[in-house]
Amino acid sequence: MRTVKRDAFLTGMKNGLPIAFGYFPIAVAFGLLAKANGLPAVTSILMSVLVFAGASQFIAVNLWATGTGCGEIVLTTFLVNMRHFLMSATLARRLGSQPPNVKALIAFGVTDETFALLAMGPEDNRDPGFVAGVNTAAYLGWVLGTAAGSMLVRGLPALLQSSMGLALYAMFIGLLVPGLKGSKANLTVVGLTLGLSAVASWGPPWLTAIGKGWKIMIITVIACALGALLFPGEEEGEGEKDAQ
Amino acid sequence: MPNSHLLLVLGMAAVTYLPRLLPMLFMSTDRLPPVLKRFFDFVPYAVLTTLIFPEMLFSTAQPASAIAGGLLALLLAARGKSLFLIVAGGIGGVFLWELLF
Repeated sequence: MRTVKRDAFLTGMKNGLPIAFGYFPIAVAFGLLAKANGLPAVTSILMSVLVFAGASQFIAVNLWATGTGCGEIVLTTFLVNMRHFLMSATLARRLGSQPPNVKALIAFGVTDETFALLAMGPEDNRDPGFVAGVNTAAYLGWVLGTAAGSMLVRGLPALLQSSMGLALYAMFIGLLVPGLKGSKANLTVVGLTLGLSAVASWGPPWLTAIGKGWKIMIITVIACALGALLFPGEEEGEGEKDAQ
Repeated sequence: MPNSHLLLVLGMAAVTYLPRLLPMLFMSTDRLPPVLKRFFDFVPYAVLTTLIFPEMLFSTAQPASAIAGGLLALLLAARGKSLFLIVAGGIGGVFLWELLF
């Protein structure tokens, strides 16, 4: 039993490696930025250890540097991370019933990237050991990168940093494509989302001004609601992932 | 570490953890109405797409190299290659493009 669990954890860590590789250079950049704005290493590392949320940590450091108050930064962080509500709800459905302490631990590791990996992958991905492994790999990439960045004198070489910038996006593509084969419903939802994202990025200014976290949530809700209305029934060959 | 930093970090930690934790604890995992079930089936696809587009274009030093790496990753994914190979291919594509052009 124990070895089975450890195997699942190690497999999870292996699967989480692309996320760790993607996080590392971003975390290095975060550590450097924090240092440049006068935050000591202990603060930026503790932030990565306890908060573990990329975008909002960058925003927090920028706001802190401009003298924004603590309450306002915390509120902004909350708004930026509201999107995890939707992701956590989706993951909860896939994980099925688990003890509350296991859920509490897994919940800490929910990020855009771990969510993508866990929600898309095969059925084994619902094993708590596997989930914990994926989350741990991602977490280590983020925390170790922050530590490295806050102690480095200079950033990573530009060419390396630029190439690794694509890592997470390549992973997203790799996760997305298999689920689109033979599913008109999924293709339609992706198509709708692309259109909505384009409008939200290059449309009228009142739309482009919306923060990214809100855009993700609003676009997802609209596209998925339309998908559920257009394709109320499951397609053939689909749905094996959801068999509870 | 100054107290103000500790207060900031603890406040941020609390508001980041809550939206992650509450649905995990209280989302009912048994029968959802079919239309809501379909809705949640689509969530990963929509979220992934909003994460990729258009941010991927600006993830490297120049949009052209991001497109080159992204197309290579797409090609590998369409041919059913492993996730590791797709990521390595994407990174390699950007690296080569920026080295050559």
